[in-house]
Amino acid sequence: MKKIFVPLKRVPDWQLKVKPSADGLTIDQTNLKWIINTFDEIAVEEAIRIRDKGVGFTEVVLCMIGPKEGSEQLRSALAMGADRAIHIITDEDIDSSQATKILAHIVKRDNYDLVIIGKQAIDSDSGQTAQRLSVRLAYQQASFASKIDVDGESLTVVREVDGGLETLKLKLPAVVSTDLRLNEPRLRSLPGIVAAKKKPVEEIPMSDIPDVGSKKVKVRKLSVPPSRPAGQKVSSVSELISKLKEEKLIG
Amino acid sequence: MSSILVYIESLGGQLPKSSLPVISAALKAKSVLSINTVIGVLIGGQGTDEAAKLASEYGLDKILFIKSENAENYMAASYASVFAQIAKDNNSTLLMGPASSKGRDFLPRVSEILDAPQASDVIEILAGYTFKRPMYAGNLIAEVELEGDIKVLTVRTSAFPQPEKLSVSEVTEINIPVLKDENSVFVSYDTVKNERPELGEADIIVSGGRALKSKENFESVMYPLADVLGAAIGASRAAVDSGYAPNDWQVGQTGKIVAPKLYIAVGISGAVQHLAGMKDSKVIVVINKDPEAPIFEIASYGLVGDLFTVVPELIEALKAAKL
Repeated sequence: MKKIFVPLKRVPDWQLKVKPSADGLTIDQTNLKWIINTFDEIAVEEAIRIRDKGVGFTEVVLCMIGPKEGSEQLRSALAMGADRAIHIITDEDIDSSQATKILAHIVKRDNYDLVIIGKQAIDSDSGQTAQRLSVRLAYQQASFASKIDVDGESLTVVREVDGGLETLKLKLPAVVSTDLRLNEPRLRSLPGIVAAKKKPVEEIPMSDIPDVGSKKVKVRKLSVPPSRPAGQKVSSVSELISKLKEEKLIG
Repeated sequence: MSSILVYIESLGGQLPKSSLPVISAALKAKSVLSINTVIGVLIGGQGTDEAAKLASEYGLDKILFIKSENAENYMAASYASVFAQIAKDNNSTLLMGPASSKGRDFLPRVSEILDAPQASDVIEILAGYTFKRPMYAGNLIAEVELEGDIKVLTVRTSAFPQPEKLSVSEVTEINIPVLKDENSVFVSYDTVKNERPELGEADIIVSGGRALKSKENFESVMYPLADVLGAAIGASRAAVDSGYAPNDWQVGQTGKIVAPKLYIAVGISGAVQHLAGMKDSKVIVVINKDPEAPIFEIASYGLVGDLFTVVPELIEALKAAKL
């Protein structure tokens, strides 16, 4: 009876351009649309597929750290087919080290065998939580997974690395972080959405979690990167060649 | 006395060009933060002593290396525990390494072992332990301050220059045991044979997208273009997902971040996540038949046309220009 734990983060929709807030300390909150972090959604999909293979995993449990309104994204992930969820409620913006401490607390409390988590959140782009969690739990680690095969007590993971693909074999318990090509998350079905409304969600105020520590990564300023100087259209290959010669890029 | 510890990635007895900018970043941190000592660290199997010698020519204060059979194949847990131990032994307060697949994999472990904050993918080092780094797929640049006795960085190597050859530093082998964990076993590393320059090192990159329509087209159009320019080949996520090119060639926020002298984008529409990986290239040439493609907005030179006629024409013209 093994259980899979999938942490989720609620992030601004990547299809809408984010802007800095007036004080430059966060992002402009007007007209934001929230989604499940792309890589975490892949993690939910993979967890459900592993459970449904009938290789000893019986439950997929989701965990979101975030404000009350995040329950919308949490229900949407439950609608994919996860069994239940834990919602750590806070309005605070925490760093990777704090998130790790919270998630580790829950994993230890409930004894999960496998943690599948996105390789990075597409808002902060830090890419630390999976690896930190592996250390804190003393679980085996495989990051940037593009293929996971489960075989009883062990996992074979193909990782996307510089230069090609690496394969690791890990004994459970383990933390695996997902890369883009691991799978394509399913669309929600109507019965799935209906069922999700009745699935149990345990709400825990963040203040109930011990030893979260203080935030040590502080954003002092957000700004829009300088834009490139306007370019020009060329009308033919020969014009392009003469431009590249002017730039001394070709002989 | 505190020190900066910088991980330098070696490959056999070699130091790939892409592993050197992290040295420039470390020297920059040394002057900005007024830390006395910068120590370079190499970890690996056979040839690591040779690579350490090569790394000693760039003005770091000291080079330490670990050469161990158990480090021949990279494993996150063993590299992290060794690196954290060296940091403790040298009273290091700033730890850094490249945001390569290894650096991104093991440095967050080091951060957790030392209970230290980390800034990922740093592009600029400012005073007061404040660092510039992209967030939101490069749509915003953040200045983040790290607080704590020990701080950890991964560095975006394309944002820092190649280091200059300076004074030669002392090279010392250290004997911290590299432990193997039987519960994590390296099975294989499958690399794509590639005679062309690496993406992270190339002065010129030609990159193909979905509009190439097939693996065969990708090969027959992009390979000869790369060959005539001596360029590396990149690909959009769509092209990689469709199997036109191997995963290691993907340029973008979640693939390789590159900043070559010349980037030629062929049949790439310009999704935000692709632009995040190449918009710092010096000159960007765009070839696309859709004049509305978003990638034209960042092009230095845009040519609207069918890639299947434009690229062969370009190859002939480049051959002629070389004569």
